[in-house]
Amino acid sequence: MTAALVTRDLVIDIPGRDDGRALSLTVHTGERWGILGPNGAGKTTLLLTLAGLRKPRSGVVEVQGRPLHALSRAAIARGIGVVFQQHHDGFPSTVMETALMGRHPHLHAWAMEGPKDHALAAAALARVDLAHLRDRAVQTLSGGERQRLAFATLLTQSPTLFLLDEPTSHLDLHHQIALLELVTDETRRGHGAVLALHDINLAARYCTHLLLLYPQGDACWGQAADMLSVPALERLYDQPLASGSVDGLRVFLPKAASPHRQLE
Amino acid sequence: MSGLRRVLAVLLPLSLLALAAGVAIGSVSISPLELWAVVRGQGDALHRILLLDLRLPRALSAFAVGGLLAVAGALMQILLRNPLADPYVLGLSGGASVGALTAMLAGLGAVMIGGAAFAGALASTLIVFGIAHGAGSWSPVRLLLTGVVVAAGWGALVSFMLAVSPSSELPGMLFWLMGDMAHARNPAVPMAILLVVVLAAVPFGRTLNILARGPQQAAALGVAVRRIEWLLHLAAALLAATAVTVAGSIGFVGLIVPHLLRLIIGNDQRVLLPASALAGGILLVLADTLARTLIAPEQLPVGVITALLGVPAFLYLLHRSPA
Repeated sequence: MTAALVTRDLVIDIPGRDDGRALSLTVHTGERWGILGPNGAGKTTLLLTLAGLRKPRSGVVEVQGRPLHALSRAAIARGIGVVFQQHHDGFPSTVMETALMGRHPHLHAWAMEGPKDHALAAAALARVDLAHLRDRAVQTLSGGERQRLAFATLLTQSPTLFLLDEPTSHLDLHHQIALLELVTDETRRGHGAVLALHDINLAARYCTHLLLLYPQGDACWGQAADMLSVPALERLYDQPLASGSVDGLRVFLPKAASPHRQLE
Repeated sequence: MSGLRRVLAVLLPLSLLALAAGVAIGSVSISPLELWAVVRGQGDALHRILLLDLRLPRALSAFAVGGLLAVAGALMQILLRNPLADPYVLGLSGGASVGALTAMLAGLGAVMIGGAAFAGALASTLIVFGIAHGAGSWSPVRLLLTGVVVAAGWGALVSFMLAVSPSSELPGMLFWLMGDMAHARNPAVPMAILLVVVLAAVPFGRTLNILARGPQQAAALGVAVRRIEWLLHLAAALLAATAVTVAGSIGFVGLIVPHLLRLIIGNDQRVLLPASALAGGILLVLADTLARTLIAPEQLPVGVITALLGVPAFLYLLHRSPA
């Protein structure tokens, strides 16, 4: 187990918000960190900051013992990969071409993709159940298929750390579970993962650690089992919750909102 | 690279055919046999002068300018992730015209005119990109409006300069507004610049492919986005400025050619950029041949032909693009 990513006194930059609590945490390989928080709490901003795509207000993010700003973009991309919530396909391209992009940080700028690169991309497509669509145009995919393709690109890229922004959005139930099982599998093979999630139950089931992000910048983090307390989660979402156990799995359900909340 | 080889196998012979048509067709038409005689170093002396001294430099210049504009369009389309980008529509050609005209009115030499055209094109691309970008992402509407307004501004400046110029020079100078090959006599420089830019850009084709997916995705995949975008700005301005100093503002080549090619051969820049250079050359040689012969012995500016082709194509693209 090695440190895939370290943050030191990290404060993300959300205009008009106080610093809140600075984040000092270490994500090891083999761990799956879930980020929970209401809309606007800064989950996406935090992921972008961890990927070096946004400047933090203060503090540092380190991969392989070096701060991000000291590394080239290609070096960062070998250590950290991102699956975004939205995908921009301005020009036509095929499923295979899109998965192959993951090889970019591993190749010289002027090198062509070889048989090995094609094999890696094809294997990644097979793992997300898209092998049969390899020659399809990306524009014709459904939202869920496009999301799985983005994950296949990440598998092809094979960075040490996966950053996933709502990876299960657009996915049907089967593919939600399949994707999170795949993430679990990858973390057992020596990757680390940080996932922004909306679903507490999926987070409870698949994450080893949780980071709770409050709207005003407050935060707390730790082992998933310690973080999953009903009062903490109720305060996080400003929403009464019921909790129970089904087939040995801990589940959380929202209660009906109190009357004065419904008016908002 | 089999894709590139196949594309070159089609486009290179077509380029030669287009150039042959460009030198053979005209107010004095020359048969293929007579053309072949001149190629072998024989044939009628009048034909030799007509072909080698007049029509060949003009056809080669048209080929280079078409290639320059098409590659400039293809590069700008990557920068903007939008197939509507074109050096004429977004005002680069206008900026280059103003720069070149200013240098000419100041009595500067050819090198300074070229430099001023480059500065004008670069100023234009920075204005358009800076304003249209604003806070956040490109919206096609905002981008096109900015480009159109900037282009109109340059057009007004060119008109002003023409109005204060001596009237005897007006017919020759009008080409800054509409594009004309009649004064192009020296194809070597534009050809060389086209060749250098294409040869320099193709090795970075994979990087450009990824940049076309958006700056954030590209950065996440290891592309140094800022640096590449600056290089693209510079390359597009250099290409557009070179085209303008040779032939004035010719519109829509940069729009039509990459778009048509993308429909046929896909969007791999390693194939698309060389293909754009050749297909842009073919298109402009044929358009110029048409411009010389349609109302012969009078000649049309070639910009009229490309606009007649390009405006419907542009409207069609705008109609199809998502809001």
